[in-house]
Amino acid sequence: MGSYIPSTSAQREEMLKEAGFETIDDLYRDIPDDLKVRGGLQLPEGCSELETDRIMRSLARKNVVYDSVFRGAGAYRHYIPAIVKSVVSKEEFVTAYTPYQAEISQGVLQSIFEYQTMICELTGMDVSNASVYDGATAAAEAVSMCRTPKKTKVLVSEAVHPDVLKVIRTYCWAAGDEVVTVPVCDGKTAVPDFSDPAVSCIYLQQPNFFGVIEDAKEIGAAAHEAGVKMILGMDPFAMCLLPSPAEYGADIAVGEGQPLGMPLSYGGPYLGFMAASEKMMRKLPGRIVGRTADDQGRTAYVLTLQAREQHIRREKASSNICSNEALCALTAAVYLSAMGPEGMKEAASQCYAKAHYLASELEKAGLKRRYSSDFFCEFVTECSDPEGLNAKLAEKGILGGLPVDGGILWCVTEMNTKAEMDLLVKEAAAV
Amino acid sequence: MKTPAELKYAKTHEWVRFTSETECEVGLSDYAQDALGDLVFVNLPEVDAAAVKGETICDVESVKAVSDVYAPVSGTVCEVNEELLDSPEKINSDPYGAWLFRLTDVTDTDDLMDAEAYISCCEEEA
Amino acid sequence: MKTLFERSVSGRRCSILPACDVPACAPEQTREKQLRLPELSETDISRHYTELAKQTFGVNDGFYPLGSCTMKYNPKINETAAGLPGFTDVHPTQDDAQGSMELLAEAEKKLCEITGMDAMTFQPAAGAHGELTGLMLIKRYHELHGNTERNVIIVPDSAHGTNPASSAMCGFKVVNIPSAPDGCVDLEKLKEACGSDTAGLMLTNPNTLGIFDKNIKEITRIVHDAGGLCYYDGANLNAVMGIVRPGDMGFDCIHLNLHKSFSTPHGGGGPGSGPVGCKSFLEPYLPDAKIVCENGKYAWQARGEESIGAMRSFHGNFLVVVKAFTYLTMLGREGVPEVARNAVLNANYLKHLLEGTYETATEGTCMHEFVLTLESLKKENGVSAMDIAKALQDCGIHPPTMYFPLNVHEALMVEPTETESKETLDNAAKAFLDVYAKALEDPEYMHHTPYNSPISRPDEVTAARHPVLRCQIDD
Repeated sequence: MGSYIPSTSAQREEMLKEAGFETIDDLYRDIPDDLKVRGGLQLPEGCSELETDRIMRSLARKNVVYDSVFRGAGAYRHYIPAIVKSVVSKEEFVTAYTPYQAEISQGVLQSIFEYQTMICELTGMDVSNASVYDGATAAAEAVSMCRTPKKTKVLVSEAVHPDVLKVIRTYCWAAGDEVVTVPVCDGKTAVPDFSDPAVSCIYLQQPNFFGVIEDAKEIGAAAHEAGVKMILGMDPFAMCLLPSPAEYGADIAVGEGQPLGMPLSYGGPYLGFMAASEKMMRKLPGRIVGRTADDQGRTAYVLTLQAREQHIRREKASSNICSNEALCALTAAVYLSAMGPEGMKEAASQCYAKAHYLASELEKAGLKRRYSSDFFCEFVTECSDPEGLNAKLAEKGILGGLPVDGGILWCVTEMNTKAEMDLLVKEAAAV
Repeated sequence: MKTPAELKYAKTHEWVRFTSETECEVGLSDYAQDALGDLVFVNLPEVDAAAVKGETICDVESVKAVSDVYAPVSGTVCEVNEELLDSPEKINSDPYGAWLFRLTDVTDTDDLMDAEAYISCCEEEA
Repeated sequence: MKTLFERSVSGRRCSILPACDVPACAPEQTREKQLRLPELSETDISRHYTELAKQTFGVNDGFYPLGSCTMKYNPKINETAAGLPGFTDVHPTQDDAQGSMELLAEAEKKLCEITGMDAMTFQPAAGAHGELTGLMLIKRYHELHGNTERNVIIVPDSAHGTNPASSAMCGFKVVNIPSAPDGCVDLEKLKEACGSDTAGLMLTNPNTLGIFDKNIKEITRIVHDAGGLCYYDGANLNAVMGIVRPGDMGFDCIHLNLHKSFSTPHGGGGPGSGPVGCKSFLEPYLPDAKIVCENGKYAWQARGEESIGAMRSFHGNFLVVVKAFTYLTMLGREGVPEVARNAVLNANYLKHLLEGTYETATEGTCMHEFVLTLESLKKENGVSAMDIAKALQDCGIHPPTMYFPLNVHEALMVEPTETESKETLDNAAKAFLDVYAKALEDPEYMHHTPYNSPISRPDEVTAARHPVLRCQIDD
C-alpha cells in the first residue's frame, strides 16, 4: 500500500501527543460513531507501485491503438512536436495552483497572456479568456453571454457537432432559455429567419459536423441586420486557411482546442477557447490575464476583471466557472509556437489537399460524396455497410471514419500519408 | 469629506443634482467613493430603464468587490455617462463631477436629505 | 521577461512537417488577414518556457498550505499511467476502447464505495462543473415530480462562491443562511429557511472553517422533511474519506474534485475533473451516457428521456480519471482512511504549533484545515492577512488561502495535507511565527512584502481599469 505519507509512525505518535490527542481515532471524536464506516471500505487491498504499474499497463493494453486514423468528428489526430510534451511536463506548470498569488506565478500568468494573444490572432477577435473546459462548454457559455432578459431564444444549426448541440440544450434548459434548431440543406445551414425579436444569437460551426464549409458570412450579415449575435465555433486549423471568425463577422468565436497539440485521450482533457469583440469583453466567463506593473515599474501579469467572477459576484455572476484548462492552454501555446505561422498554414493546406485527394479516390472506388459543397478536412460518403468496412479496415490497423446514418464521416489530417489513403481506398473498393 | 450644500443625498450614499423640477443627475458621494476604494469599472444602466427608488439600478466594481448602486428617486434613465467606462477613476477623483446617469420624470423625492442631514447620517454609520 | 512575440524573428522556424505527398489545392473562401504567430526556433521555445517555469511555484517548490485546495503531492506513477499510448492515442468514439471503459466503470465503483453513492458520471470537467451538474439533477427531479414551486437553493454564508453562482445558472433563487457561532449550520435558521419552495441545500462537511458538522444527519433530515434534496460539495472530502460517507450523512448527490482528494495535479488552474455521484433514484437524470457490461464486453448506453442531457463532449477529462484511478489502486482499502487521518493529524499539529501566537477562528479539533484570523493584528498594528501571506512567500512557502471564508475577517485558511512531513510542518510553523514577530516589530516592512519574488505586488487597480489582455505585435 502506498499513501505518500512521509512522517514515520514514531513521528505521527509524537505529533499526536504534542497536539493533545491520545489516539489517532480521537481526531474524529466530533463525528457521531453511528455515522462512521464500519469494517472498512469494500475496496481491494492497496498495491505497491510495481503492482499498480502492471495493472495500469494491462488496462491500457485492452485499448486498440491504431497506426492510421481516419476519424475526427470532434477529436482530431494531428502531429504533436516533441517540444510540446517536454514543456508541458515541467513540474512547475503541472503542479501549480490557479495563479492567485501573482508574485510567485508570473510564469503561468505570462504563458496564459501569450495564449490569449495567439487565440486573438487566430480568430481575429479582440479579446480571449484563459480558456474553458472544451469546445462544447465554450459554445454553451457563449450562448449565455448573449442572453438578455428579453432575448431568451437561441438558434443552433442542425449541422453542429451533436455533443455541442446537446450541451447547449442542457445549459439552456437549466437557465430557462429556448433552443430552436436551424435546418440543413445539402449539408449546409440555410440562412434562418431572424425576425423573432426574442432571438439572442445563432450558433454555427465552421466547417460543420459534416465537414462542409458554411456560408458563414451571409448568415452573419443577416443575423446582424436583425440585431442577433453570431457565435462561430471554428476549427483552429480551418482558421489558418479559411476566413477567420472575425472576417466571417462573428461576435464571439469559440472552438475545440484539442487539435492544438493535445492527444485524442479518449475524449479529454481538451480545451475550449473563447474570444470576443471588445464590446463583449466584460461578458466573457472565466479567468482572464492582464498586464500591469509592480510598484517598481516592472512588467507584471495578474488575473484581472475579477469582479465578473463567481467568487465576487456569487449568485449574480453569469457563469460559475473557476478553473480554466491552464495546462491545455499552455499546450496550445507551445504547439502554436513550434508550428509558427508557416507551419500552421502548411498543416491546414495539407489537411485540405489530402482530404480532397481521399474524397476523389473514394469516389472512384464507388463511395460517393453525400454533399456537393466544398469541405475542409472531413466529408461524408455514402456506404452501404459502414460497420463492415470499418471492421475490415481495423484488420489493417486503420481506424475508419465515424458511421453516420447510412454513410461514413471521414477525416484526413497531415498525419495521413498517400500510401495509407491508397490502402484505405483499396479496402473500400473491395467491400 | 466633501458634501456640497447644493446637492441632495440618499441614505444609500448617492447624490442627486436637480437640473429642473423633474430631471436630475445621480452620482456617488465622496463618502461612498472613499469607502469603496479604487473603483475599476461601472456597469451603467440602460437608457430608458426604469429607476425605482430604493432598488438596485447598476453597480460599481473595485478589484475585489462589486457594490450595488440604488436609485435615490424614481424616474426614467435618459442618459448615462459613458465617459466613465474608460475612466472609472473619475468617480474617485471627482465624485461630484462624475455623474453616473440622468433621470427624467423624477418622482419619490421625499426621502432625500440635505447635506447637513447626510453628514450626520454618515457620522452615525461610521 | 520578453514575450514569445517579442522573441519572434521573421523567417525563423522549427522543422516539423514533411512536404505534401498529394496534389495541392485550395478552398474558395480564404483568410485575408495575415496570421501573426511567433516565429521561433526550438531552442528559443525551450529556453522561454524553462524561464517561465522558474517563475512558477509548484507543489514541488515548497510547502503549499492553500486552504480548501488540497495541494497534496502528485505521485509520478499517476503521470506515467496517464501517458501510456494505450490511453492517450485512443479516439473517444472507439468501441474497441475496452480498457478505457473498464477503467471508468471500475473508478465509478470505487468512488461510489468511498462516497456511499449508487452511480456516477465523469463528464464534469471541474468542481464547479460538477456542482452545476448536481443542481441540474435536483432541478430535473423536481420538474419530473411536478414540484414547480421548488426554486430555492439554501446555501450557508461560509460557502464557496461557486455554490450560489451554480444555483443561479440553474435558474434557482439562492437563500443564504448564517452559521452558528461554532461555525456549524444554525439549525433554527435552517428550519426557518426550509419550506414549500425549497429545492435543496448545498453543503460541504467538513465545512469551510474546517469543522465537521456533527448535526449533519439532523440537517439532511430537516431538508428532506421539507421536500428538498441535499447536495454535498466534495471539496473537503480529503478529511473524512474512508471514515464517513456523504451517502450515510443523508446526501442525495455529490461532486468530487479528483484534483484535490485524489492527487491529480492542478495544472496551474486545470484540467481537473469533477465527477458527480448520486443515489439510485437520481441516476436516470445523470448526463449521457452510462457504461454497461455484457458478457465481459463494455459499451456506452444512452440513459433515455429523463437524462438532463450532456455537460461536455464525450466522456469528460478521461486522463485525469486515469490518474485518480492509479492513486486509488495504490491506496486501496487501508490507504484511503490513512490519508484522511494523516491530513487531519497534520492540520491539528500545525494548528497547535501556531496557537498562542495566531488567533484561530474556531476552537477545538479541526479537520484537514483551520482558519486563522488576523483581525486584531490588523486593528492594532495595521498588518493585514495579505501582508502575512506575502511575507510567507519570502520564506519559500505558498501562502494560505486569503480572505476566505467570507464570514471570518482577515482570514487565512491553512490546509497542510497528509503528504507533508513533521519536519516540513515544524519549519513552516517557525516561519509563520517569525513572520508574526516581524509584523509586531516592523509593520511598514510587512506592507511591502514579498522582497524575494520575481515581482513585488502588482498594480491590480490599473490592470482592471485599463485592461491590457494581449501582446502588442508590430507588423
